[in-house]
Amino acid sequence: MQQKKFIWGGLLILGAVVLLIVTSTEANAEYFMTIDELKAEGAQVTGKSLRVSGAVDGDTIEYDAQSLTLSFEVAHVTGNNADIEAQGGLAKVLHEAVVDTTRERLQVVYVGAKPDLLRGEAQAIMVGSISDDGIFYADELLLKCPTKYEEAVPEPLDNFKPIT
Amino acid sequence: MLADLGFAIIVITFVLALYSAIIAILGERKKSPILVESARRAQLLTFPLLTLAAAILIYQLINNKFDVSFVYEVTSRSMPTYLKITAWWGGQAGSLLFWSWLLSAFTSIVTLRNWDRDREFLPWVIVVSSVTLAFFLSLNVFFENPFARFYQTIDGVSAYTFKPAGGVPIIPDEGQGLNPLLRHPGMIIHPPLLYLGYVSFVIPFAFAIAALVTGRTDDRWARITRRWTLWAWMFLSLGLVLGARWAYDVLGWGGYWGWDPVEIAAFMPWLTGTAFLHSVMIQEKRGMLKHWNMILIMLTYALVIFGTFLTRSGVLSSVHAFAQSAIGPMFFGFIGMTFIVSIALLIWRWPELKSETEMKSMFSRDAFFLFNNLLFLSVLVVSFWGVIFPLVSELFTGQKITVGPPFYERANAPIFGTMMALMGIAPLTAWGKSTALTLGRALWKPTIPALFIPVWAYLSGYTNWVALIGFFLVAFVISVTLYDTIRSAHARQRAHKEKFTTSLLRLASRNRRRYGGYLIHISMMLMAIGILGIELFQTETQGTISKGQSLQLGRYTINYNDVASWDVPEKGVNHTRAVVDIYKDNKYIGQLYPRIDYYFDSNQTMTIPALRSTLQDDLYILLVDWEPVSASGATFKIFHNPLVNWLWIGSLALIASMLFTAWPDKDPSLRPVRARKHAVQPGAAD
Repeated sequence: MQQKKFIWGGLLILGAVVLLIVTSTEANAEYFMTIDELKAEGAQVTGKSLRVSGAVDGDTIEYDAQSLTLSFEVAHVTGNNADIEAQGGLAKVLHEAVVDTTRERLQVVYVGAKPDLLRGEAQAIMVGSISDDGIFYADELLLKCPTKYEEAVPEPLDNFKPIT
Repeated sequence: MLADLGFAIIVITFVLALYSAIIAILGERKKSPILVESARRAQLLTFPLLTLAAAILIYQLINNKFDVSFVYEVTSRSMPTYLKITAWWGGQAGSLLFWSWLLSAFTSIVTLRNWDRDREFLPWVIVVSSVTLAFFLSLNVFFENPFARFYQTIDGVSAYTFKPAGGVPIIPDEGQGLNPLLRHPGMIIHPPLLYLGYVSFVIPFAFAIAALVTGRTDDRWARITRRWTLWAWMFLSLGLVLGARWAYDVLGWGGYWGWDPVEIAAFMPWLTGTAFLHSVMIQEKRGMLKHWNMILIMLTYALVIFGTFLTRSGVLSSVHAFAQSAIGPMFFGFIGMTFIVSIALLIWRWPELKSETEMKSMFSRDAFFLFNNLLFLSVLVVSFWGVIFPLVSELFTGQKITVGPPFYERANAPIFGTMMALMGIAPLTAWGKSTALTLGRALWKPTIPALFIPVWAYLSGYTNWVALIGFFLVAFVISVTLYDTIRSAHARQRAHKEKFTTSLLRLASRNRRRYGGYLIHISMMLMAIGILGIELFQTETQGTISKGQSLQLGRYTINYNDVASWDVPEKGVNHTRAVVDIYKDNKYIGQLYPRIDYYFDSNQTMTIPALRSTLQDDLYILLVDWEPVSASGATFKIFHNPLVNWLWIGSLALIASMLFTAWPDKDPSLRPVRARKHAVQPGAAD
């Protein structure tokens, strides 16, 4: 009899944990999207919690130090790491995204201190939501600078001749 | 060349580790003591060899041998010597070598100390640890040679183990320097402590496997490794705490824990390890949960390797991913292989690991320990789910969905709360049989004083109901723990006719696992106060102000007084330091100096917060940005973190409690008397 009680107790805990996980996942899910996907979804994603990444266009960065309002545009880059590798690495992909004027772009507004790493051709990952006016309001802004991810090798020699 | 010698030593040690594993298996199967002894000697030889390899690496680091790519990546001329030494674990190749070195040291301690006593286990312990060692060394040999050097070929500059055809050696004049984020005392000892914890868990796992292979299915393996497990747990806990402190001091986001995948990776073995520490006691006392303990230690081992992998492979982009490389498949292969082999062994021995008794009552201590275990595993499941959810959702819906810190907090908070309630009740329960009535009778007295705490907190302005429940639980755990200790000390005092303090001290020192455990629980509760404070009551503000202007946050006013910027060429850094005056309720209470450091060699800025820490709250000020021309002023970000200091006070208490619990006994007669009839002969348990 006692064993049965323990099995019920265990099942109860299991059920509670599953319930906690399911409800917490639903309440806190952030949809990971590229800018192309975001534009394709249109009004459907308005107000949803999103995590979007893109390449920062350096010419569009504006910062008002008084109101701490930062705005810039990001251009679409693929979300697939294998594709990025195939296209010649993150730095190259980001550069091409910014130069290519036909790419989908997204206007981002963020209130807060301007991050050190925010510069042209950085990869921005923004958490926030898109409003009716099509502007993405970011609550969280993460930046990656491609130069930091290059392989660490010293400068090559100018007068290099292979030894034969 | 010295670098070549270093690499050669690693290769030789790798071969020795393989040899030791294979010969130990052969020796056991052929019942040949000579072969087993040979395996043991090979194992013992790995330690001096790896020490030599490490010494060579450190020599290269100290002496700016930038032609070695690892040295180039993690040091620069301007770094002080102690930082150059600790750069050993500042990059991937070096930290893998560090891991191997620790494992070799620990295994040597085991085989040197216990050889005669645990003859039947030790060959298999050697097999397990040598296989693990060989795996880690293989990463150094085939993927991440810490002694690889730069050569230029027609394809450009790259690091090579052997000189490539036509390659010209490149000797850079200056290295890149250790990531400035890592140049912090907390960060210097955080990785080695975490690694100490990780590696120590290999030993109990090795003994568990040895027990399964040899068919000694009593709790001997757990008794032998009890102290290892404690130390492992202690180092892992310390590593986590130091990491938290580092984040608080260096990362400049006002927090200490961000549910970053790598943090979770370090947290997961801690969870299974903690569960194991508890449930192994039930096995010792009651002879139950034998399968469960095996599963826990196997999980812990797998999670330890997984944790090393996550921190060192760069698969996840996080603050920790300082290195990226292609060793992922190796790790997954190894984790998968060892896990399958362990589970197969467990299934093979399954019938022999039957429980000696049955769990009788839902209100017994056995039952509470079991529930506690389930809760730890629940936190593990929640955490693991959070980490893999993006992959799962992409697989099933094609849409990548992530969950952030709120997910973990929301899902884990009720589990942590229940855990605290159990932690409070458990000391008053009895092994074996117990009823709700007896338990209730024991509980009501210490519960009453604990009820005052949330009332007091409510009146002091902490009106959040989650916090009030939390504060009650904290008070409840502390109250019950003290009550039980004082009650036992009184009983002893009456029996032995001693002074109360003498009774208390003797009681605690003769049953250190129990009372050390109590101290650890209390320390955890102090930490919980800090966590509740910062999680539920943190406030923040930010603004750009010019000199003389001020920002307001709650009762605090901070006034921007001055700013200065200067270079420190010998350290390769530029400091920009602001001076701010702090007022509380309009009364001047002091100055703080938030600053920004700019490192020339790595072209990186670091925002160093200024802290005013009291038992009540922390004022945490960041200088985010400033204009050289004083016209437009500087941008500050300010956090008010109530009670957070208790997190660090609790951490210090935790360290002391853990030392008390895990410190080796001098006098063997002080060892606790075994309660169970199947106990092994005295003196055999370590």
